[in-house]
Amino acid sequence: MITLETIKDYLKKYDGEELTFMEVCGTHTAAISQSGITEILSDKIRLVSGPGCPVCVTVASYIDKLVSLSMEENTCVATFGDMLRVRGSEKSLNDAKASGGKVILVYSPMDVIDIAKKNTQLNYVFAAVGFETTTPIYSLMLKQIIEEKIENLKLLTALKTMPKVIDWVCSVDSPINGFIAPGHVSVITGSDYFKELALKWNMPFVVSGFEAIDLLNAIYALINYKDKGEVLNLYPAYVTDKGNKAAQKQVEQYFTSCKSAWRGIGQIEDSGMQLKEEYLKYDAGSQNLIEDSKINEGCCCDKVIIGTINPTQCPLFKKVCSPETPQGACMVSTEGSCYHYYISNRKR
Amino acid sequence: MKITMAHGSGGKATSELIQEVFAKEFENEILNRMEDSALVKGSQKLAMTTDSFVVTPIVFPGGDIGHLSICGTVNDLLMSGARPQYLTCGFIIEEGTEIDTLKQIAKSMAKTAKAAGIMIVAGDTKVIEGNGGIYINTAGVGFVDETIDISSSNCENGDIVILSGNLGDHHATILSSRLSIENTIKSDCAPLNDMVENLLENKIRIKAMRDVTRGGLGTVLNEFATASSCTIELQEEKIPVSDQVKSFCKILGLDPFYMANEGKMVAVVSKEDSEKALELIRNSKYGENAAIIGSVTQEEAGMVFVNTLIGGKRKIDILYGEGLPRIC
Repeated sequence: MITLETIKDYLKKYDGEELTFMEVCGTHTAAISQSGITEILSDKIRLVSGPGCPVCVTVASYIDKLVSLSMEENTCVATFGDMLRVRGSEKSLNDAKASGGKVILVYSPMDVIDIAKKNTQLNYVFAAVGFETTTPIYSLMLKQIIEEKIENLKLLTALKTMPKVIDWVCSVDSPINGFIAPGHVSVITGSDYFKELALKWNMPFVVSGFEAIDLLNAIYALINYKDKGEVLNLYPAYVTDKGNKAAQKQVEQYFTSCKSAWRGIGQIEDSGMQLKEEYLKYDAGSQNLIEDSKINEGCCCDKVIIGTINPTQCPLFKKVCSPETPQGACMVSTEGSCYHYYISNRKR
Repeated sequence: MKITMAHGSGGKATSELIQEVFAKEFENEILNRMEDSALVKGSQKLAMTTDSFVVTPIVFPGGDIGHLSICGTVNDLLMSGARPQYLTCGFIIEEGTEIDTLKQIAKSMAKTAKAAGIMIVAGDTKVIEGNGGIYINTAGVGFVDETIDISSSNCENGDIVILSGNLGDHHATILSSRLSIENTIKSDCAPLNDMVENLLENKIRIKAMRDVTRGGLGTVLNEFATASSCTIELQEEKIPVSDQVKSFCKILGLDPFYMANEGKMVAVVSKEDSEKALELIRNSKYGENAAIIGSVTQEEAGMVFVNTLIGGKRKIDILYGEGLPRIC
């Protein structure tokens, strides 16, 4: 039987070819940093963070749109906390709030429904960002908006999906040998979702949980399945092959696949979700928000989110860029890799 | 009955409110004089502190804003080694507040003040437009023995770090209320007189001591490490967090190191004193889960590290921004 100690020992002493594995999910990035896993891995195993943090991949024009909506008379923008601090081309939502913009922070999208029902004199726009995990909640939100005929609540969407952006990362001469597939996303989509990618790029995808032990196990499996185009589900308590069908059905009812813009990457066909045409009246203008800009020309967030460089290799890291003065989205978000490298003093 | 702007006019309604709600609960020979300022006795070194309380919801499992407003100021005095003596309170009340709620808060303040041995000697009430919110400022005075020298800059190589109990209960309680998450987590809000008095009476030389409130343990220990130019090295396995709060953190993506508490303290003592200090804290009220969580070293000045459960090591930084739940 393979024990945790055996795995730890193997990963520490590993002396084969240099391997790079990418974790795509921001929560995995946080778990890796918090558990100090990289400290007990051999120097020949490198972990890089991928484009799986919704705040980090959101383009500046989306933030600009939220800022301008918040300044409109009778319009209030509702958002999750992390989005408040990300700057668009000029301002963040926090800046907008300080200049008289109407912005409220919510913990759950469903809270906005209650708020909108209580304050009918204001129009609310919810900043609907996220991946496959979050979109089903927006579907439920929309269902309730329609059923209860709530007239003063719309969504501004920047919804992303994983396969095409992973495909893009693999296509740009990346050094990646395998993926720790996103656990939360896989709960909804099922592990088969990554099969095509595994086969196409001939590398393993391991669906993993979020405990340090789960991640060590996943890294061990990735080494053992190197160069094999297979998907391994090591999170079977929550993830099935086909995923949560009910949630998928909800999403299909209201959303359709679309071209989407990724910060630092550009536009990728079929890498996002938008409201179907018949529901566009609930959209606050999400189309064509593709323009991006950098706060600081030296910012390397675009390279960080595809794993080409580690945050520590960015010339701004710990110099002008810190959680107090973030120059890019990866330092703002509590799921961003720069933020975690900074606060956990991660070296690699 | 609800608070109206008239209750803040300074006239009859104000006077009735003060008599009916506050004077009744807080009465003592100093306050009863109802002069413009309280005259109190004192001829030794004083500790003074002030804190404002704006928590929502105002009533939560394990306490309310009134209880919190006494504990916060009392604990701040205690952390300097002071014996809490006198306290003032200022209320800013939004119109629409139920007077019964105010009475409940005043009652809980009186009860906590009595338990913490502090006398409420002065107060003020203002009413503002709004929708039923209550904000309280309390200021406290305590007496300190000349010999006491507790400071975040006193930590030395080899010292031991003791935490008085489970992390995160208050933060998880407030967040659960705001998110309508049902669980049995209760705020740890409590005055820590018994614990501090036990340490001082038993001649434990407390080098540094802080209550672990906003910013959490991570922020407090960083302040110690910076002020003392030392390293603080923690053992993750020793840090007490209840199973329920642990799960709560995992679901929402929170880190117990940065969660607020209202009845926990961290103390740095010499290695020789550490076992006795731990026992004294464990035998004090609210200290049963106390643990030695780490030690002071000289590895890298101003840094806090934790040795993780799986044998890794990470830096614990101060809290940046707000500790918010993750979004995906």
